Amino acid sequence: MSHPSLATACSAMLRRDLTLAWRRRGDIAMPVLYALIVTMLFPFALGPEDTLLQRIAGGVVLVTVLLAMLLALDAMFASDIEDGSLEQLVLAPQPLALMLGMKILAHWITTALPLIVIAPLMAAMLHLPGAVIPVLLLALLLATPLLSLLGAVLVALTAGTRRSGMLLALMLLPLCVPAVIFAAGAVAAAQQGLPWLAPVSWLGAALVLAVVLAPLACAAALRIALDA
Amino acid sequence: MSNWIPLWLHKLGSPPTFYRFAGALQPWAMTLALLLGAVALYGGLVLAPADYQQGDAYRIIFIHVPSAWMSMFIYAVMGVAGFIALVWRIKLAEVVAMESAPIGAAFTFITLVTGSLWGKPMWGTWWTWDARLTSELVLLFLFLGVIGLYHAFEDRRQGARAAAFLAIIGIINVPIVHFSVNWWNTLHQGSTVNVFGQSKMSWDMLWPLLTMTLATKFYYAASLFRRVRTDLLALEGGKDWVRRIAEDEVDR
Repeated sequence: MSHPSLATACSAMLRRDLTLAWRRRGDIAMPVLYALIVTMLFPFALGPEDTLLQRIAGGVVLVTVLLAMLLALDAMFASDIEDGSLEQLVLAPQPLALMLGMKILAHWITTALPLIVIAPLMAAMLHLPGAVIPVLLLALLLATPLLSLLGAVLVALTAGTRRSGMLLALMLLPLCVPAVIFAAGAVAAAQQGLPWLAPVSWLGAALVLAVVLAPLACAAALRIALDA
Repeated sequence: MSNWIPLWLHKLGSPPTFYRFAGALQPWAMTLALLLGAVALYGGLVLAPADYQQGDAYRIIFIHVPSAWMSMFIYAVMGVAGFIALVWRIKLAEVVAMESAPIGAAFTFITLVTGSLWGKPMWGTWWTWDARLTSELVLLFLFLGVIGLYHAFEDRRQGARAAAFLAIIGIINVPIVHFSVNWWNTLHQGSTVNVFGQSKMSWDMLWPLLTMTLATKFYYAASLFRRVRTDLLALEGGKDWVRRIAEDEVDR
């Protein structure tokens, strides 16, 4: 029996996950709505004072995106575990880490990308200056894959447990502190007219490291969580 | 000739041998911990002179600093034991890693509480978002995450392996805690005690601190031995050696 080439397997995996997500488009909209509503709550809670909102806008958008992604993370492997296709993936001849990397990519496209698309709107709701928005988008483009990758490792670890929602938050939030610090640092620096390249470079370096290591760690974690 | 050390270590890894070994050492470790702790407290609270700047308020250092060292030390032990558990699948290493977590979390919590008690008179605030304080808080959350993940699984060995994996991922935070005062120049002071070279502290204050460090190490050992023994009995329940212990207890 001949195995399909790696590229074919990868694209098949990606296409399958994207198709599944597209068939349930409503689920994609949920994190977006959640992020918009949370952003809307801040002016109510803090008062609609322009200068205050402007100062916290970058951080609020980042944290809101992070929380919205956290809500969607749980579902990353859930349906595949239910119907047993994840076990098939573990048994498949293709390297598990690469296949999981494709799944993480698909998950990032379906949850993080819509959030990045509406991030300018969220930033505008909080009066973030227009000149800072490109930096915010760049920071989000680097920080969200990092969170998806880190989150995937932890979701894989909790794959064998019953109630994992709050536990996932407890495990993920401490680990993503550096990503939040650097992303918020870049936005704050841009807002004050300071050079913002250094924190963005740090984010990029962390992302490169995570792209290489996280799929491997995810595969190892999944093997631990599934052998019962 | 010289291979009795690996052989002995190998034997120590088996639950019944470790159960007896820990049972023999545990009272000694606890006695030493209490004794050294009492001496250190007397030396620190009574014998050591007051600080020329901070007065008597500095004396909380004798609790704060040893706890902080222990929080990092125990995390490192947990990470190494977790690594051994994952690579060689040694049951004892899993138990040691998982039973270290609550002790480490307690030491981290003590560090944070005593630090904020100390911060109030010295810095004028209970809490500040300083690099070392924040990274120590993250350390506490990592400990809690490991404990939470361990208990989320129905199968304890599987839970221990998953939590050990999380502990290894989180170990990256330990050097960040340790070097945070050198990397970021914020409110928390730099290190006063140096293992290599001159410490920036008079000997009258240093010896109670070092004694307390030893006391906390022994306390950790005693507490860990006791917890591991209980856990081993629960894990190995139904095996012959546990049944024999249970029968002995019935006779007594």
